[in-house]
Amino acid sequence: MQDPERIEVDLLLEGVYRAYSYDFRGYARASLRRRLWRRAHEEGVQTLSGLQDRVLHDPAVMDRLLRDLSINVTEMFRDPGFFRALREKVVPILRTYPYARVWNAGCSTGEETYSLAIILAEAGLLDRVRIYATDMNDDVLAVARQGSFAVDKMDRYVDNYERAGGTRESLARYFTVQDGQATFARSLLDGTVFAQHNLAQDAAFNDFHLIVCRNVMIYFARPLQERVHELFLSSLVRFGVLALGHKESVIASHEDRYEILDAGEKLYRRKR
Amino acid sequence: MSSYDLVAIGASWGGLHAIGTVLTGLGPGFGAAVVVAQHRSATDDQDILPELLGRRSGLPVIDGEDKGELLPGHVVVAPAGYHLLVADGCVELSCDGLVQFSRPSIDVLFESVAEEYGERAIGVVLTGANADGAHGLAEIARRGGHTVVQDPATSERPEMPRAALAAIEPDAVLALDDIAGHLHALCAAVA
Repeated sequence: MQDPERIEVDLLLEGVYRAYSYDFRGYARASLRRRLWRRAHEEGVQTLSGLQDRVLHDPAVMDRLLRDLSINVTEMFRDPGFFRALREKVVPILRTYPYARVWNAGCSTGEETYSLAIILAEAGLLDRVRIYATDMNDDVLAVARQGSFAVDKMDRYVDNYERAGGTRESLARYFTVQDGQATFARSLLDGTVFAQHNLAQDAAFNDFHLIVCRNVMIYFARPLQERVHELFLSSLVRFGVLALGHKESVIASHEDRYEILDAGEKLYRRKR
Repeated sequence: MSSYDLVAIGASWGGLHAIGTVLTGLGPGFGAAVVVAQHRSATDDQDILPELLGRRSGLPVIDGEDKGELLPGHVVVAPAGYHLLVADGCVELSCDGLVQFSRPSIDVLFESVAEEYGERAIGVVLTGANADGAHGLAEIARRGGHTVVQDPATSERPEMPRAALAAIEPDAVLALDDIAGHLHALCAAVA
């Protein structure tokens, strides 16, 4: 007999898709399994079949599961070297356009989006760039729009920012602290649109000069990764830049479609 | 073919020396893939750990890349700031929250190894000053895999081996210098 737990995972994902139209069937199995079990334990059920029962009969459980499956733990200026490379190698490219569009795909609660906006602001480009920050989950987008982060995390973010080439004083200009929350200035987001978009299911919606999608596709299995890479290639303007996470690469069939802008920071530039 | 397809090694405090010692003793003819979770700082983004281990290892050592293939006789190290899991003969990475205060976490690696490889897995817990890996090693044992714990007396820090010994009775408790030979005997590639 096939491992019963694997059957349970398949049936749960099928049920979620049919009942709620969210498609997690192409997600990477091992990390997905951990996230499903975490939800099962929190709901007090002993099996994934038990979780399926709860999810199908209680939309509130589905909301919580969706949150578990869509929140990507991140931080501002994660991998400072990436933001340094962005400033040094991508900003000069964006500067050549009178107007540029940036897609922050899978933006989750917005830490990366604000980091991008700050880099663009410091380059004097914020009024010439529109950032489209998308996620499949409306709830995390609502958090991202608030632009408020726990103040106890700010020390680490400031440290990251300094290692990315910024200064403590200059980051402090962008947020105010109240009630344990550091809230970023609304003006940072004048050029930002937060919108729902599901990489696993939705189509291209614009042409972009820069697409940033770091550590989002690690949660996808290979076939879904290929779908998303096709989506990104077709959404990049000629000579547009794709930024991936440190341990991700473009798929083999796309290797000749990009030149490498920075090998270590995983910056790729579309040819032609 | 080796009787085992995958060796998963977990270490924390003192791990660089301990893992290095084990890998030094592995060489040509080793018939299983090796995955390593060594607790490391998330800000440690110079990726120097694989290089340090590679200098001493008889096998090639690389930092884990998402969906990278696991090959016999090759060592993959969990990258700083990521959990490393396995599925379908490949590496899976995750940035989910810390487990046992760690990312990479040994439990996360071992649990996925147990799930995917069952009785064709070997789990090894080395030196460390916490309890990570104990639960994962128990999962590997429960699914019929082979389990090894470094003798706490030969461990730079004994807490992690002791936690593993408190969780299960492993197949072998070995001095650090004897672990590579043990693994080689279990994973000799037979033509």
